[in-house]
Amino acid sequence: MTKITIIDYGVGNFRNVQKAFQVVGAEAEITDSVEAVNQAEAIVLPGVGAFGDAIDNIRARNLEQPILDAVKAGKPMIGICVGLQLLFEESEEIGHHIGLGILPGKVIRFPENELTVPHMGWNQIEPEREHPLLNGIEPGDFAYFAHSFHAAPTNRDDIIACTEYGQLYPSIVGRDNVCAIQFHPEKSQQVGLQILKNFIEFAG
Amino acid sequence: MLAKRVIPCLDVKDGRVVKGINFVNLRDAGDPVEQAQIYDREGADELVFLDITASHEGRGLMLDIARRVAESVYIPFTVGGGIRTLADMHAIISTGAEKVSLNTAAVRTPEVISEGAKAFGSNAIVVAIDGRKRLDGEGWETTTHGGRQRTGLDAVAWAKECQERGAGEILLTSMDTDGTKAGFDLELTRAITDVVSIPVIASGGAGALEHFSDAILKAKASAVLAASLFHYKEISIQEVKDYLMAQNIVARPKKTHQVGTYI
Repeated sequence: MTKITIIDYGVGNFRNVQKAFQVVGAEAEITDSVEAVNQAEAIVLPGVGAFGDAIDNIRARNLEQPILDAVKAGKPMIGICVGLQLLFEESEEIGHHIGLGILPGKVIRFPENELTVPHMGWNQIEPEREHPLLNGIEPGDFAYFAHSFHAAPTNRDDIIACTEYGQLYPSIVGRDNVCAIQFHPEKSQQVGLQILKNFIEFAG
Repeated sequence: MLAKRVIPCLDVKDGRVVKGINFVNLRDAGDPVEQAQIYDREGADELVFLDITASHEGRGLMLDIARRVAESVYIPFTVGGGIRTLADMHAIISTGAEKVSLNTAAVRTPEVISEGAKAFGSNAIVVAIDGRKRLDGEGWETTTHGGRQRTGLDAVAWAKECQERGAGEILLTSMDTDGTKAGFDLELTRAITDVVSIPVIASGGAGALEHFSDAILKAKASAVLAASLFHYKEISIQEVKDYLMAQNIVARPKKTHQVGTYI
């Protein structure tokens, strides 16, 4: 089975993510080493906190190029929460930040005047198209979200599933070997674990 | 649709779960890690741990508990009680907890809210407000030390300030209704949900099923919290959720199938 490499760029605790992968049978390492990312078979880009801090820390640790190289080489990758947002070109969270640019589009704030923000709690996954990540996931299944910003992809085809919060926004995105989820699979009981299991199978 | 959350609270003292009336006459019942696992399997949406004696005693035990909880549950959890500094917050977040809850420290030095929000994101910073009717009956003031100390700070204005300083959520406990089982303080809760745009967890006073739907429908709470009610199995989490769903409130149904080694 493919070994899972979780990229630790110094923002947050990713033991929960590692534990969740282990529970569904994967071997999962947490690393901040460029070498380990270069050698990785499948990559997890987790994320908590602010977009700017996250991308700055990735760059400060010289991890941007290894991530882009892995994507270009066709290695399976999954972004989680802020890790989803980092895949896009830019974010407006506390200033303006340039992301990894793997998927076209930007990261924008939920409109605050009508909504409770952060979007926090269990919300539903509504599939937009078929994808291996959604195996065993029923439309309307709940997962745990905690975020104030969301992705606005340029290409509709990159949207795998949406979630309704004020309006439908993309909560699972992906293209080719890359996919990403806005919610926290490690905190979403069976639904989250099923998606991580699906990623392991997707990764071969 | 975003589900309204049902949150059991575990009050912890010396590494054990306790819950008493108005924070006195504590009754001992249970290992917090085991209790957390039970709640996780029963369909709790989230857990809150309050180290209720942390203001006076050491915090090592709570950190160890949080680490063990993080290893055993697959839902988010918050830890509060005696957290004063950025270093304290870092210690909690490092255990695998999603959020820290600030109370006394936030009142004394409100800058810790923004420091925490900057370091860990607003999503990770909960401010716990223990509100109590003013002695003159006009509005509510913020209290500390389990309601024993009145601060004079207007609870509604304080909630708004917490949001402005970067808090991602308010855990609102009414010290007037806490432990009474007569229902949440709907008036106080509504006064606060009306002025903030961050989620508010209603706490204190749950004793019957309709209290939960009242907090959500009448007071606009995003989540409802109870401790002894769940702890002593007077009402189960599932009963609350079934009741909420029957009132057309969105709640998350429990799943029971096995994925990997988790069931």
